[in-house]
Amino acid sequence: MTDVPINKRADPNDIRDRGLSETPEERASYLRAGHTLRSWFLTTDHKRIALLYLVSVTFFFFVGGIAAALIRIDLLTPEGDLLSNEGYNRAFTLHGVIMVWFFLIPSIPNTFGNFLIPLMIGAKDLAFPRLNLLSWYIYVIGGLCTLFVLVAGGVDTGWTFYTPLSSMFAHGQVVMAATAVFIVGFSSILTGLNFIVTIHKLRCPGMTWGRLPLFVWSHYATSLILVLATPVLSITLALIAAERLFGVGVFDPKLGGDPLLYQHLFWFYSHPAVYIMVLPGLGVVSELVTAAARKRVFGYWFVAGSSLAIAAVGFLVWGHHMFVAGQSMYASAVFSFLSLVVAVPSAVKVYNWTATLYKGQIAIDPPFLFAASFIGLFVFGGLTGLVLAMLAVDMHVHDTYFVIAHFHYIMVGGTVSAYFGALHFWWPKMFGRTYPMVWGRIMALLIYLGFNLTFFPQFILGYLGMPRRYHVYPPEWQVWNVLSSTGASILGIAYLLPFVYLLWSLRYGPPASANPWGAAGLEWTVPSPPPKENFVETPVVDYPAYNYPMEMEEGARG
Amino acid sequence: MSALPFWPHEASAYSAEIDHLALAFTVLIVLLSAPVFVLMIIFAVKYRRGRTADRRHPVNSRIGFEISWAVIPFAAMLVFYVWSTRLYFQQHHPPGNALEIQVVAKQWMWKFQHPGGQREINELHVPIGRPILLTLASQDVIHDLYVPALRLKQDVVPGRYTSLWFDADTVGVYRLQCSQFCGADHAVMGGYVHLLSPSDYARWLEQAGTDMSLASQGAALFRTRGCSGCHGAAATVKAPKLEGLFGHEVPLSDGSVVTADAQYIRDSILMPHAQVAAGYPDIMPTFQNVLAEDDVLKLVAYIKSLAAEPRSKP
Ligand code: HEC
Ligand SMILES: [Cu+2]
Ligand SMILES: [Cu+2]
Repeated sequence: MTDVPINKRADPNDIRDRGLSETPEERASYLRAGHTLRSWFLTTDHKRIALLYLVSVTFFFFVGGIAAALIRIDLLTPEGDLLSNEGYNRAFTLHGVIMVWFFLIPSIPNTFGNFLIPLMIGAKDLAFPRLNLLSWYIYVIGGLCTLFVLVAGGVDTGWTFYTPLSSMFAHGQVVMAATAVFIVGFSSILTGLNFIVTIHKLRCPGMTWGRLPLFVWSHYATSLILVLATPVLSITLALIAAERLFGVGVFDPKLGGDPLLYQHLFWFYSHPAVYIMVLPGLGVVSELVTAAARKRVFGYWFVAGSSLAIAAVGFLVWGHHMFVAGQSMYASAVFSFLSLVVAVPSAVKVYNWTATLYKGQIAIDPPFLFAASFIGLFVFGGLTGLVLAMLAVDMHVHDTYFVIAHFHYIMVGGTVSAYFGALHFWWPKMFGRTYPMVWGRIMALLIYLGFNLTFFPQFILGYLGMPRRYHVYPPEWQVWNVLSSTGASILGIAYLLPFVYLLWSLRYGPPASANPWGAAGLEWTVPSPPPKENFVETPVVDYPAYNYPMEMEEGARG
Repeated sequence: MSALPFWPHEASAYSAEIDHLALAFTVLIVLLSAPVFVLMIIFAVKYRRGRTADRRHPVNSRIGFEISWAVIPFAAMLVFYVWSTRLYFQQHHPPGNALEIQVVAKQWMWKFQHPGGQREINELHVPIGRPILLTLASQDVIHDLYVPALRLKQDVVPGRYTSLWFDADTVGVYRLQCSQFCGADHAVMGGYVHLLSPSDYARWLEQAGTDMSLASQGAALFRTRGCSGCHGAAATVKAPKLEGLFGHEVPLSDGSVVTADAQYIRDSILMPHAQVAAGYPDIMPTFQNVLAEDDVLKLVAYIKSLAAEPRSKP
């Protein structure tokens, strides 16, 4: 491809022409089906809505990232010099609120789930296209409320909104922040509902449950949690507002309420929410691993079933956030046990992915590198979660940087890696262009290194006893904090890189074929980028998922 | 920047055991994850696309494998589960002979009250070589008392007493911190625990001495706050005598029976209408906005000191 001179006039019939501004596939694609703003903002095409999400979710990722940068800069020194105590509290609260509800939860489901589920199951769209658009608008309204909180002075409760601090004592925009999260919750619920109905009802002929791509299975499990858990959060936030505005005694003991009730309700949502954030990532990695290895996944039913098992058992472990909160020790013992149980399906997935690579045809391309770093970081994050599930150890490291490190390994090391992995894997499908592989590889490596440098020192800080949400700390901990901030700057640069080469590829990237990775799956049977109606003819499936050719005997094709 | 610290101080046998547990568990983690890391690299090299390798007879499922790599790690975990749960339970059963110290957390300071009436703020002096039981109360929001050198922390929850006990064995000055986010100055809500030899502790008590023990301070409050007007020997109102109350069962007007522990006494003072003693009128006023948690703790200490006296019937 490199021998094509750039200064030559573009030849629309030459698919390998780099200067081409529009390929025939692009001309016929969803991207060009309407050029007006109205055709984007009133679209009901799941692919366009996915792009609306892609832009808005990425925007919030960078807003949350700026807050993270402020935090890491302040932590460079043991004194609180960059930010005041209040300012620091506002920074980490906003970082948490934005990253959790405006990036992590919608990230993979609302962009890639939206784009891919219909394509993967052979459908023309989601079951309720207009509901899909509505859920984006709800997301945007929630997002605007958050931005309002930001400019109106912020909020200082932590993303966990613990009572009675949030309901009776905090000074910031608590009610507005709770409203923002309340609103965005409806976006989650509607998306979850839409996915469930779509997966039940719109599978093309022959696409049985046993032939669904694992990406779809994990989104199915995610959707169940979205629909069942989110309402609990909504009502809890409404109760905070009721206590704060009207003095209705629910959580404040002075009004006859119970502060621990809040924690039960909050974590009853927020632990499953961890799986809302990570299950879609697990689905992405299953796709990336099989495509990279050109092999059927090892133990399809175990991997698919483990998503459902995680979703189910994930509802029964919330009490592990309350081991030192004054909950009964017998309850703690049960929650500790169940937290070990919930790790089993995750372990099954990881071991099965490893086994999938055995005798594969592994291409060391960006998707594989992202998948591999996901696996490494997720394993480490998950196993340190088991450390936290150990009651006596948790009494030491609970609410310290150990916890911060643990969940960033899962959320950032895991979910964000999967998000970028998905972006690099499906980018050619979404936009019809390929990007320079080498940049993708560099980014994957930078993320992996930057990430470990940022968060590994935090495990040590946590075991040394540095509580979370501290920006003033003893000088002997400075070394670890400086290392962490250094890693964070590498990570920050790595996250900015794709802006350059992915955006560059939109215009100058060589056009992608329908199936540039040689991957199995219905989404790779349609042109890149896909036409508005996805499939000109409804596909019929008569083969299993990941139907890669297998080498059986010597000489057979591989 | 001082030398790289890798490991926190160990100030008790318990903290040493936690470290053993954590280290042994780390070994298990490494054992469980090593196969994934090693095999991923080996496979990526060996089965790299374009490289010739024996790829015949790939396996797509082997139930035996999958069950075993689900069950074996889990079984290994259970060993640690038992170990750590045992330690946690032990941590919830303070020995009877512990030295009791009352702790009140408020935005943003720690107040400590010793049985002899000594009070200190953000500093806690205690002896090594004997169990110390901290009773924790919060004046406002949730805080958390965390002493890394003891590997212990406990949330301090408004509206209820929680507790924490330890038996330290190494003298020294160790950091104490609030580890539950509690508002603006959370990050600076800390201080020091001074673990002293028993003789140093005795000397400290003397030098910090007050003329009144905690219980006598409570007795004084009992008179000045008007409790004795109803509960005293000469009272004309029908109110229960508090002698012999602590630790005994109290029948309530709703038919249930509770044990009069510190929590019950506290609630009786701050929320008298929630639990009304059977046979008495519900006339006790609330002291919610009158008495701070440290005063309530003094009253509790006083009422507790009356435990040995004979109990009078309504
Ligand atoms: C107006 C009279 C009155 C005053 C003043 C008063 N109490 Fe009471 N108290 C009562 C009555 C009557 C009861 C029994 C009904 C109930 O449980 O509320 C009671 C119950 C109690 C109980 C529970 C006793 C049991 O047997 O269950 C405690 C403890 C107590 N009071 C402590 C105090 C303290 C400490 C003060 C001062 C801060 C105080 N009271 C002030 C009238 C009073
Ligand atoms: Cu959890
Ligand atoms: Cu605090």
